[in-house]
Amino acid sequence: MSFLSAGTLRFLAGRLGQAVIQVLGVVTIVFILLRLTGDPAALLVPQQATAEDIARVREQLGLDQPIWIQYLDYLGGLLRFDFGYSFIQNRPALTLIGERLPFTVDLALAALVLSVAVGVPVGIISAVYRKRIAGRVLMPVVLVGQSMPAFWLGLLLILIFSVNLRWLPATGVDGVTSLILPAVTLASLSFATIARITRSSFLEQLSADYVRTARSHGAGTGRVLFGHVLRNASIPVVTLVGLEIASLLGGAVITETIFAWPGIGQLTVQSIQANDFPVVQAIVLLVAIVYIAANLVTDILYSVIDPRVRLTAGK
Amino acid sequence: MTSEQGLRPTPPSIPDATPAPRPPRKRRLPRLRDFRSALPFVVILGIYIVVALVPALFVGSVDVAAELSDRLLPPGSVTDTGTHFLGTDQLGRDVLNRLVFGTRVSLTIAVSAVVFAGLVGTTLGVIAGTYRGALGALIMRLADVVLSVPFFLLAILTVVALGPSLVNVVICLALVRWPRYTRVAYGQTLEAGGKEFVTSATAIGATKLWVVLRHVVPEVLPSVIVVATLELGTMVLYEASLSFIGLGVQPPTPSWGAMLSDGRAYIGTAWWLTTFPGLALFVLVLSVNLLGDFVRDRLDPSEQALRQ
Repeated sequence: MSFLSAGTLRFLAGRLGQAVIQVLGVVTIVFILLRLTGDPAALLVPQQATAEDIARVREQLGLDQPIWIQYLDYLGGLLRFDFGYSFIQNRPALTLIGERLPFTVDLALAALVLSVAVGVPVGIISAVYRKRIAGRVLMPVVLVGQSMPAFWLGLLLILIFSVNLRWLPATGVDGVTSLILPAVTLASLSFATIARITRSSFLEQLSADYVRTARSHGAGTGRVLFGHVLRNASIPVVTLVGLEIASLLGGAVITETIFAWPGIGQLTVQSIQANDFPVVQAIVLLVAIVYIAANLVTDILYSVIDPRVRLTAGK
Repeated sequence: MTSEQGLRPTPPSIPDATPAPRPPRKRRLPRLRDFRSALPFVVILGIYIVVALVPALFVGSVDVAAELSDRLLPPGSVTDTGTHFLGTDQLGRDVLNRLVFGTRVSLTIAVSAVVFAGLVGTTLGVIAGTYRGALGALIMRLADVVLSVPFFLLAILTVVALGPSLVNVVICLALVRWPRYTRVAYGQTLEAGGKEFVTSATAIGATKLWVVLRHVVPEVLPSVIVVATLELGTMVLYEASLSFIGLGVQPPTPSWGAMLSDGRAYIGTAWWLTTFPGLALFVLVLSVNLLGDFVRDRLDPSEQALRQ
């Protein structure tokens, strides 16, 4: 199979190595920040604890070890899926996250579908009809979407659709209707990004020589768009959509707080307010790993779609 | 929106007319008249800056006593302390007053974060582009790592670690965003390094430092300014988002994000608590973003190439 040539393998290996370095880097950053939050032992013991008690807890947690041993311990723990322990709930952070994750995944997927379903057509229309009314109206709308703070949009939606019209529930999880407002809120930013990239990608392709050739051979707008441009222009869009999945997970923090949606975003904020740092760190680490993995998969897919990437990547 | 350069209709071209030979484009800093179509955003931004610098022009002092008897008054209510044009909040504080002082917090943090991240990031990028050995590789890999964490989560983690305060929010935003500048500065430095004037300057014996300061930095700056303008809106949003979840400047210092968060509990009864801070935030970010787009269209070489 020509796909698995030596060059391709070298590209894959290099890209994989890069992802591993990124994960290690993130783990290191999180570890350093973990140490900056202060002495976990002092947070764990009751307030009336003596210095001896604290020392004993420090010993139990391995905090009396040199910092590099602690770092290796931390790394080793991560390899055994030990992402730390919730101070407050006395349960592994990973278990807590696992309970909340399905809600966030539902929300992020709904938002992704929504932003692609709206963003891509808006981008295409504003590129193809950029000199007409449709194109000239759509891009400012996109820019408004981009400048709209998600939390304000969420509150406005609640004000309009829950408080005044009473069409949709404002908070909580109760069937599909309760998913609508959070999904629209979360989708607003991705929608703007996707629309802009789609637009510029289509603009670039529309000015390419092959489009002029196709037109000169009598191909209509529809044929040019769907027979020629779509395939080429979709590459950056596909890449972006891959990345948006992970940033939606991050963006869920605000959206879930507004709508009391019980996902990992809400868990993050609750853990911050409860000084439950290990849970916050575990969430950041997990989302970062998902983000890096999404990056990796997207790059590999990209290289499958567009062979130029893997041929030039080694240089 | 005439400011959207890409949307402006281009004059109909005459088929097969040979275009006049274009003189080689020289990158220059724009003249004042180039900014005419950006004027509305500059004016809006100017108003925000004036509000932030001289709040006394608009409202009284920052510590207007909370009058619990005056809580949740709708906009336009008149009390002993005066007219509350935008109403009062759940503690009886004037919303307009808090909004005005929130402007100061928002702009201070956003501008400081952009300046701080821009200086650090650009310097690192130029260094990495000048010394392309292990040092350059280290800087760029570090930038990759920071960029590979979702920004908002990294910001949350940093503020949690350092403790929320005005200075720490600035530090945190700068820590999260410097790689944006580093990447751009690195690329521009590499590009400048290949140009003839750099080679000739080196050939006539100019020191590396001189070449960098005199020849490379001016090449790098336009792109960095573009990034900085686009970043300003993002920083305003980040600051508001952080304070919305309680990680911004701490009460009683007013901040738009915290005002929105407080207002959330009264959304069914007091719409003004969420509407006005959100509007202030939205208009500021929108005008900064429009200005950013405008500056990019004018300064970014790749955009200029697209427009030709």
